[in-house]
Amino acid sequence: MKVTLWGTRGSLASPGPDTVRYGGNTSCVSVEGPEGTLLVLDAGTGIRVLGKSISSGLKSVHILLTHLHMDHLQGLPFFEPLRIPGVEVHIWGPASTTQNLEARLMRYLSPPLFPVRVRDLLSELHFHEVSANTMRIGEFCVTAQLIIHPNPTVGYRIWTSHAAIAYLPDHEPALGADDFPHSKEWTSGYALAQGVDVLIHDSQYTTDEYQTRRGFGHSSIIHTLLFAGLVGAKELVPFHHDPAHNDDVLDQLITQGIEAVQPSFPVTPGKEGLTINIG
Amino acid sequence: MPQQEIEVILARHLAEHLAMPIFIVNPTGDLLYYNEPAEVVLGFHFDETGPMPAKEWATVFQPVDPSGQPLLPDDLPLVIATTHRYPAHKNFWIKGMDGALRQIEVTAFPLIGQADRFLGAIAIFWEVPA
Repeated sequence: MKVTLWGTRGSLASPGPDTVRYGGNTSCVSVEGPEGTLLVLDAGTGIRVLGKSISSGLKSVHILLTHLHMDHLQGLPFFEPLRIPGVEVHIWGPASTTQNLEARLMRYLSPPLFPVRVRDLLSELHFHEVSANTMRIGEFCVTAQLIIHPNPTVGYRIWTSHAAIAYLPDHEPALGADDFPHSKEWTSGYALAQGVDVLIHDSQYTTDEYQTRRGFGHSSIIHTLLFAGLVGAKELVPFHHDPAHNDDVLDQLITQGIEAVQPSFPVTPGKEGLTINIG
Repeated sequence: MPQQEIEVILARHLAEHLAMPIFIVNPTGDLLYYNEPAEVVLGFHFDETGPMPAKEWATVFQPVDPSGQPLLPDDLPLVIATTHRYPAHKNFWIKGMDGALRQIEVTAFPLIGQADRFLGAIAIFWEVPA
C-alpha cells in the first residue's frame, strides 16, 4: 500500500514562500494498492496535482470524500480523470438527512459557484453514499464511520491483509469530554483507528487556539497525540494544518507536542509530497 | 466493548453538561449511560456500575401511578421510545434507592441516526416540586 499526501492544509489553501515545506494545498491523499487500485481521499486543491500525475491508461478511480466542506471538495472539478470519456470515477461520501450525495455535490458544481455542472463532466460517474458501512474496493476493504465534526462527516479505515491506515482529517474527539481521552468505548473514531499502521489525523490547533475554537470540529496537536496513543496507532501523521501556521510554526507545534506527550510511536509530520509505503 | 455510535457519544457529552437527570439506553433498553443528576435519582454512580442490563435497572424505580398502583413497563415513556420508536411523556411517581417517593415528569424520545439507524433512546426526568 503506497500512501501519498497531495494536500495537507485545512480550511483554506495557503500557498506561499513560508508554507513550502508543509505545502499549501488542501486535503488530498492517494492510496495505491499492489494490484493497481487507486483510492483518492478527499478532493481538496491537492487533487489537481494528483490528477496530472496519473497515467493516461487509467480505467477507474475511487474518490472517498470525508465530508463536503470546501477545503475537501474545491479541487474536484480540476481532477483530470473527470474530463476523460470512459474513465470510471466512483465518488463515495456521506449524504445528509435530506439530500443524497449527488444532490449535495451539485450545490457546488453548478452556477453561480462553479460554471461546470456535474452532467457536463465527461467521465463515467458513479455516486455511492456512506455513513457506517464496510465496502470492498479492489484489493482494499474500506470502512466508513461517522465521526465528530460539524455536518455529516466520516472517517475511513482502509486495509488489506498486510496493512491498515486510518484517515480522519477533520475530527474533534475531545469535544465535550472534560477528561479526554475518554475510554475507548466512548471515543469518536476509536473503531476506525484501532491498531492501524498509519493514522492520518487532524492536528489543526495549538492548545491555546483550541480553547477559543471548541466545536469547530478540529483537534489540537496534544489531542491528536493522545488519540493516537489511545487507539494504538503504530505511526501518526499530523494533518490538516491551519492556514495561519507557516512551516516554522508547524515545526515548533509538532516538536512541542511530542515533548509534552512523549508518544511511544513515531510521528511523521504531514507534508505535501510525503510518501509512505506500508505492508 | 465496541465503540458507541457517534450520535450516542455526542448525546453522552451533552448529558454530562446538563443539570437534568438523563438516561441513555441502547436499542434493547440496556442502560448505556446516566449523568450525575441521574445518579441522585438512581442511587448509583455510573463510574461504579457502568452500563446496566434493561431488566436490572428498570426495576430500580418502582414506578406507580397517583393512586399507588404499579405501572406496567409498557406504559413507561422510555419503553415506548425504545419499543415503538416514538416519543412519549408521562407524569408518575417513583421510589428511588433512597426510599423517597418522588413525583416526576419524564420525556423520552428515540435516537434515530443518519441512514435511519435506530440507536436507542434518551429519557429526561424532571422532579415535580412537592
